[in-house]
Amino acid sequence: MTDNAPKGEARPVISATASKGRTGAYRRLPMPARYAINAILVLVFLVVGELMIDGGAISRYQSTVLEQVGIYIILAVSLNIATGYLGQLPLGHAGFMSVGGYGCAIFIVRMMETLGVTARDFVTGSPVCGLLFVGGLLVGGLCAAVCGLIIGIPALRLKGDYLAIITLAFSEIIRVVMLNIDSVLGFKLTGGAAGLTGIPGYTSFLNVFVVVAVVCFLIHTMMKSRHGRAILAIRDNEIAAEATGVNTTYYKTLAFVVSAFFAGVAGGLYAGCIGVLQPAVFGFMKSIEILVMVVLGGMGSMLGSVISATFLTILPEALRAFSEYRMIVYAVVLILVMIFRPQGLLGSYDFSLSRVIERVLNHDFPWGKGGTGKGSAPDAADHEPSETTDAEEVSADAGR
Amino acid sequence: MQVLMQVLNGLQLGSIYALVALGYTMVYGIILLLNFAHGDIIMVGAYISWLVMAQLGMPPVVAMILSVLGCTLLGVLIDKVAYAPLRNAPRLSILITAIGVSYFLENGAQLVFGADAKVVPAFTDVSTIQLGGASLSFAAVATVVVTAVATVVLTLLVQKTKLGKAMRAVSEDMGAARLMGINVNNTISFTFAVGSALAGIGAILYTMAYTQATPTMGMMLGTKAFVAAVLGGIGSIPGAVVGGLLVGFAEVIVTALGLSVWKDAVVFLLLIIVLIVRPTGIFGRTMSEKV
Repeated sequence: MTDNAPKGEARPVISATASKGRTGAYRRLPMPARYAINAILVLVFLVVGELMIDGGAISRYQSTVLEQVGIYIILAVSLNIATGYLGQLPLGHAGFMSVGGYGCAIFIVRMMETLGVTARDFVTGSPVCGLLFVGGLLVGGLCAAVCGLIIGIPALRLKGDYLAIITLAFSEIIRVVMLNIDSVLGFKLTGGAAGLTGIPGYTSFLNVFVVVAVVCFLIHTMMKSRHGRAILAIRDNEIAAEATGVNTTYYKTLAFVVSAFFAGVAGGLYAGCIGVLQPAVFGFMKSIEILVMVVLGGMGSMLGSVISATFLTILPEALRAFSEYRMIVYAVVLILVMIFRPQGLLGSYDFSLSRVIERVLNHDFPWGKGGTGKGSAPDAADHEPSETTDAEEVSADAGR
Repeated sequence: MQVLMQVLNGLQLGSIYALVALGYTMVYGIILLLNFAHGDIIMVGAYISWLVMAQLGMPPVVAMILSVLGCTLLGVLIDKVAYAPLRNAPRLSILITAIGVSYFLENGAQLVFGADAKVVPAFTDVSTIQLGGASLSFAAVATVVVTAVATVVLTLLVQKTKLGKAMRAVSEDMGAARLMGINVNNTISFTFAVGSALAGIGAILYTMAYTQATPTMGMMLGTKAFVAAVLGGIGSIPGAVVGGLLVGFAEVIVTALGLSVWKDAVVFLLLIIVLIVRPTGIFGRTMSEKV
């Protein structure tokens, strides 16, 4: 684990020469093809989902649950940046979510008055509403990101548990402020304990899905970039990362702010999905709920976050009849997973369809001839989450 | 007079926080675990008191003993079942397990006892003490005295006894302590027992002051006490007491100023300021990181 950081610095050179030298040996998919495969997959999912909703196979209630699944996916994936990739433990994700939610909802409600748009227009859909929706989410995200910056700068000076508790403290402060800010300001902003009402239902399955896809894509590409590598290096060994020239303060703050931004976006979607925002919802328990999703799925695995967010959002809905027991089941599952699989269900493994296709193209199956990669792949996959090409290349080089 | 009452209120609240914070500090000092379930152990203690007195109609003394005993056993049980298998796991995993245990206790209590508040009967008929013309609340005086005694006993236990020596050794270096023939697992269990017994005492004092038990009562109390422990420097016994009193007084002052809706925010703000100025708390040891 410790030698990852230096390797990261040298990697571009290694992979450039290695892939040129071995084009005949191991057939690879070109990057455009990889993107195309994923884009097609996303489209297929989207079209199938929309058709099922339009055709009535998914009821109104079920599509609301699906919207919530999407929102929790964004929350889990964004928290994963700070927890899984950066290796810190922020306990205040719900705070960012609430800031984003309030920011987005207040922006949209106020702009509706100015532009003369009614709540009905969001259902029928108009270009202005589309712009308003995107603008609202961006405003929500930016509000949360600013909070993330304000919190991140002092919080990231601290380590481990202290960071956890200071983020918890900040999110509790945010909650109290949301609750009581109206009496200080003297006009109605957040609506206090009664909550912010009259938020138009601008969230639909379609736009949640698109936002989820965009957020996952952005986070994925960020983690594949130089900046993402720097963040991973900090997680693996902060001192080594600093010694190799990574600006640790900058990248820690960056990861924190990006994480907060997407939580804010999710908060904006949440506001439109539920229609009411109350500060009490965004307490400590909400933060924990999101953290549980990340940890259960496996810290540092995007697929893990997506699966466990989906599962843990649908499970309580499916268990409505046993709602008293579900939280106990939840707690027991959490403890058992931690005892028997401390790294989470998927560890830091990430699924890549392109990698599977490459395996098939090269007749390289885990159960077949164990020549290329697989022997050392689990090890590489453990440390390098979504690393496909380089990790295998390095291990293949080592095997030669 | 008004000022004296407020000071006593601050002392009472601060003492409860201090007692609970001591439990956090003990456990953190030895295995570097933020025991999120600690607040919920207090909740269980309060329910035991209610069960014994209101349901079984037994005298308060029995309730007190059973509460403390129950909490102690629960603490050790939690350690053995949930934390012991994870001694060598990453710290984050143990932390999440602690959160899981906390969830479990809270929702278990909700399932068994229901979500509504249960009124715990008074432990004594004495409600005030006359002292030099001033009448002081008995609960407040008892709380302050019990906390002072508990702190002294705890300090003696850690500093003067063999078990205390073992605890200090394990917290210093677990591996070396094992090599010296110290039974590390038993020492850790003993620490949990002591911390949880303090939580049991805290439960009694809390129910004396607020007379009710709810499934989620442990959460805010635990969080505040935890803030107190961090504020004072987690791992330090005097730090926990000072931190507890600070948090208690901060809350009482803010409430006295008529800003009670902001009191949680003030406590957390206090924590943030202290952590920024002194990243390991008031009495915390600064640790230098070896490369």
